[in-house]
Amino acid sequence: MLIQVNGKEREVAAPTLAALLDELGYEEAAVSTALNESFVRAVDRTATPLQSGDAVEILVPRQGG
Amino acid sequence: MENRPLAVYGTTLASRLLVGTAQYSSPAVLAAAIKASGAEVVTVSLRREAGGNRAGESFWSLIRGLGVKVLPNTAGCCSVKEAVTTAQMAREVFATSWIKLEVIADDDLLQPDVFGLVEAAAILSRDGFQVFPYTSEDLVVAERLVGAGCEVLMPWAAPIGSARGLNNVFGLQALRKHFPAVPLIIDAGIGTPAHAAAAMELGYDGVLLNTAIAKAGDPVAMARAFALAIEAGRLAHCAEPIPPRDMAEPSTPQIGRAFVDLPRHA
Repeated sequence: MLIQVNGKEREVAAPTLAALLDELGYEEAAVSTALNESFVRAVDRTATPLQSGDAVEILVPRQGG
Repeated sequence: MENRPLAVYGTTLASRLLVGTAQYSSPAVLAAAIKASGAEVVTVSLRREAGGNRAGESFWSLIRGLGVKVLPNTAGCCSVKEAVTTAQMAREVFATSWIKLEVIADDDLLQPDVFGLVEAAAILSRDGFQVFPYTSEDLVVAERLVGAGCEVLMPWAAPIGSARGLNNVFGLQALRKHFPAVPLIIDAGIGTPAHAAAAMELGYDGVLLNTAIAKAGDPVAMARAFALAIEAGRLAHCAEPIPPRDMAEPSTPQIGRAFVDLPRHA
């Protein structure tokens, strides 16, 4: 299915947000997620299905002022 | 007056300097500058990973290794929704309820959208966040932020990264006088240690800055300079400086001055 990951279109197979992180190689990384501009807690990712056209944000710690 | 340590949301801080972690030339310089600053609080952000190099992981590992508290920001957010969602995401990753709340209104000046700021602050405070709002020196907005649950205020000195120092001394003084018991931390616009010292002499409780250290020729030395300036400014404020005068006032005693009351010789 075609979704947006961090603003870029991507063809993915993952049926859930948790599976998407695995598919993209984020298994152990400290990341935070949002689906269609709403925060999704780490504990809810497995129960969060993905649909074609969804927009996923995967954010990581970075430098800030 | 007594020089009590700064306390924000029940956390006591020995250092009144808070520093950002962006724009350093290398992670090693960043780490050395933070150490030299003596800061106990550093600001961080959440961003999309650029490329597949896992830079986020290495940065986060570096910061955790420094043993400092983190203050995540919502930098770049231009709406209440963006800011609230970013804050929620930051709370999970950084495991802190502290949030430096930024809702930006204008790209040129990076001026805070004070209407959105108050709204987002109220939402986040109700959700258990401890909000550090990046705001202007506007007194009415500050009142609204306190009413929304903010126990600390962070007015700008000047636009972010501008290095212009205290743009509106009168406004900052008025804010200080109006909120004698609310911790006030200058956030943004500081360029030199003299600016930071001036803010502290006004009675501000702390200074948060990033660019002035990170982009200095020698960031580590500048970090130390800011630490000293902020300590000096705080000490000066507590020591109660004399008020300025319009006319000169001799410092050497006039009594006993030689050559007075003598007959004048042509």
